[in-house]
Amino acid sequence: MSQKIDLDHGRFRQIIRGKIKQNLRKYISQGEMIARKGKDKVSLPIPQVDIPHFKHGGKQQGGVGQGQGQVGDSLGQGEDGDQPGQGQAGDRPGEHLLEIEVSLQELAEILGEELELPRIQPKGTEKIIAWKDKYTGIRSTGPESLRHFRRTFRQALRRQISMGTYDPAHPVIVPIRDDKRYRSWRSEPLPQSNAVIIYMMDVSGSMGDEQKEIVRIESFWLDTWLRSQYHGIESRYIIHDAMAKEVDRDTFFKTRESGGTMISSAYKLCAKMIEDEYAPDQWNIYPFHFSDGDNWSVDDTVTCVELMKTKILPAVNLFAYGQVESPYGSGQFIKDLREHFDEDERVVTSEIKGKDAIMDSIKDFLGKGK
Amino acid sequence: MVASGLRRFPAYLRDIQEEVEGYARGYGLDFFPILYEVLDYKTMNEVAAYGGFPTRYPHWRFGMDYEQLAKSHEWGLSKIYEMVINTNPAYAYLLEGNSTVDQKIVMAHVCGHVDFFKHNYFFSKTNRKMIDGMANHAAAIRRHMARMGQDVVEDFIDTCLSIENLIDPMSPFIVRKREARAAEGGDGGEDGDDVPRLRAKQYMDKFINPPEFLEAQKKKRDEEKRRARKRFPEEPQRDVLQFLIHHAPLDGWQRDVLEIVRNEAYYFVPQAMTKIMNEGWASYWHSKILTEKALTSAEIIDYADANSGVLATSPGRLNPYKLGVELFRSIEDRWNRGRFGKEWEECDSMDAKRDWDRRLGLGQRKLFEVRKLYNDVTFIDEFFTLEFCVEQKFYTFGFSERSGNWEIMSREFKKVKDTMLRQLTNRGQPFIFVEDGNFENRSELLLRHQHEGVDLDMAQARDTLRNLHKVWTRPVSLLTKIEGKGKLLRCDDATITEKSAEYV
Repeated sequence: MSQKIDLDHGRFRQIIRGKIKQNLRKYISQGEMIARKGKDKVSLPIPQVDIPHFKHGGKQQGGVGQGQGQVGDSLGQGEDGDQPGQGQAGDRPGEHLLEIEVSLQELAEILGEELELPRIQPKGTEKIIAWKDKYTGIRSTGPESLRHFRRTFRQALRRQISMGTYDPAHPVIVPIRDDKRYRSWRSEPLPQSNAVIIYMMDVSGSMGDEQKEIVRIESFWLDTWLRSQYHGIESRYIIHDAMAKEVDRDTFFKTRESGGTMISSAYKLCAKMIEDEYAPDQWNIYPFHFSDGDNWSVDDTVTCVELMKTKILPAVNLFAYGQVESPYGSGQFIKDLREHFDEDERVVTSEIKGKDAIMDSIKDFLGKGK
Repeated sequence: MVASGLRRFPAYLRDIQEEVEGYARGYGLDFFPILYEVLDYKTMNEVAAYGGFPTRYPHWRFGMDYEQLAKSHEWGLSKIYEMVINTNPAYAYLLEGNSTVDQKIVMAHVCGHVDFFKHNYFFSKTNRKMIDGMANHAAAIRRHMARMGQDVVEDFIDTCLSIENLIDPMSPFIVRKREARAAEGGDGGEDGDDVPRLRAKQYMDKFINPPEFLEAQKKKRDEEKRRARKRFPEEPQRDVLQFLIHHAPLDGWQRDVLEIVRNEAYYFVPQAMTKIMNEGWASYWHSKILTEKALTSAEIIDYADANSGVLATSPGRLNPYKLGVELFRSIEDRWNRGRFGKEWEECDSMDAKRDWDRRLGLGQRKLFEVRKLYNDVTFIDEFFTLEFCVEQKFYTFGFSERSGNWEIMSREFKKVKDTMLRQLTNRGQPFIFVEDGNFENRSELLLRHQHEGVDLDMAQARDTLRNLHKVWTRPVSLLTKIEGKGKLLRCDDATITEKSAEYV
């Protein structure tokens, strides 16, 4: 049922969308929306939506209340718009904020439009995994269990009226064989493409909190976009220093180790994971690796390159390496990768200098439409 | 009317309506015919977002309000029980699925509101056919949108809404003689060649009115005219919208849009001016009608539950229903017992006051008089007494920088009353006047904020000034006071400059 308000509401959402687009870079670099993420929605503070008026400032004003309490008793915290009575609007200059909920799907669309991300072409032909039955119409034959009661009686009534055997004073309707109507169905193929994202992160001593924050923000956006492109998607998390192990999402972003760095350990685990669980012909595979680019030895780098060439690259859609700048890292690894895989379409590298560079880096990673 | 979500008005509700309205008339309430519509919650939220009207002009703000209403309904934070609009016949909405007791309360409450709409002086100039008015506005705006483009018109509506509070709520009641003269002067003043001459026969004219004399006369007249023109408007004008409609360089459609926004603002203003009285009056009557007449004994508990929800107070929030109904009851009690007038005021004996009862029985009569003649400001000013303040446990609160909390500041009667009156005066909005329409002799606009002890919200003031500039097209300035010092904000194109200025 459509309502008049839908037009105005749609208009409002459109304006919100525009505002989000305008402020996307800020939202991305501040990473604040991750904290506000619910199951499939985020809540965003939108500036400058409400209409400004000449009005009184907040704090000088106060108000009148009614009830128990001594002078000096608190009525509640002054923070976060939770204050009693009037709004506390003069608090943050230049902004009148409105909290708006946006679905992750919508957010991904906005991200896609703003960064001009191409839609991902799932590799191979889409595998048909399931058939789904849909009731589409009515037919005159079928199993009794699918008989359409109402349509059957309607048909009988129609026949009786046209034959003149229907008596309104004594409405008895008896369907005969020809009146019976059954539901008919069609089986529709349900194309489904699966995808897995394998996140790998260097948690050695040289990766500080700020570097991890960058990875966290970036992975949120990568996740959001890829989720909008595939129906079923899995995420796996690998951390490594000199050793690699698989962890859950929470641990992934919180762990801090102090050891040295052997990137090959992570790649080995990743290759094993793909081999064991994700057959390349059925899965779209996205390994993302984040590090500060400081590898233990030249030999290890050689091992890494070898692993990628033989095991990883043949299986994946895209291999992305993001190098976060750190005061300790040499940043050598990205150069090595570029040297070996410069020609390779499947490998994307990106240097992330700071939070402001996250948006560009997302474009580097996802801009190829793979 | 509201096509979607409209339910047929069921017979049992019609019966309740007849019963309740019968009681209400018995008490002396006199209201326009009331037409109820039963709405599902979605349509209820829609109509609420449109301010109670089935059709409004298209604008995203209604969508925003709808989203907030729908959200808070979904989360169970709020539920709209009733809505009634000031028209003749009055339209009221009932929420589908409410219990019979709830609907009874709502209908009795609505009788109170509609009686108030019909008789309160401040509603006397409102358009009682506003449903048509709003629909006409919607049609006009849609027409402008079709011609000018939706974005252009919507942007301009945003601009107008930003200044919609700059009106003079009292102006419908003031008969202005001067306005006619100003219009006359504006049109007829230009053909100024007709210099006054001394009376003379035609053949003597050359001698009695020689060219030098005519020249001098002309000069004198121009001088007078210039002096008159120096102040424009002659007196500071509070209806800024009216001033802009008359004097801003607007296109035809823009003037039309601004007039629509102004018209609707004036329609809604009496409701903002009488919120406490209106809700108090309706609550007084729903509780009287229900407890004395309409309730069956089985319904008492449900009624008490619903009613206590309506009248509940929470810290730091003034409930207009509660304040209004208690004040009306206090008035009734005082006039019943004769607790008013010189004798009462001058009585110093607390004992005598405590047992004061003259058995006058004037309560009901006084109530009907009050509902006719007062608005919130005069209502509080006259009837909010020390005894009432203490008995009802009122306090003032404010923000404490020290603790970062909102705290109870005082229970002193004078402070409570002052704060309350300040918040109600001009609906809690700052007073803004058009001071000069030819500021610095450069056809700039100067507005003046009449500072009443509270500074303006500067962030909003700047944005509002930008919007005013869009309408006036020449630079717009605002004279105000910040932290005790005079300040002049000037908006020229997109840039805003601030400098200290003398504020007298």
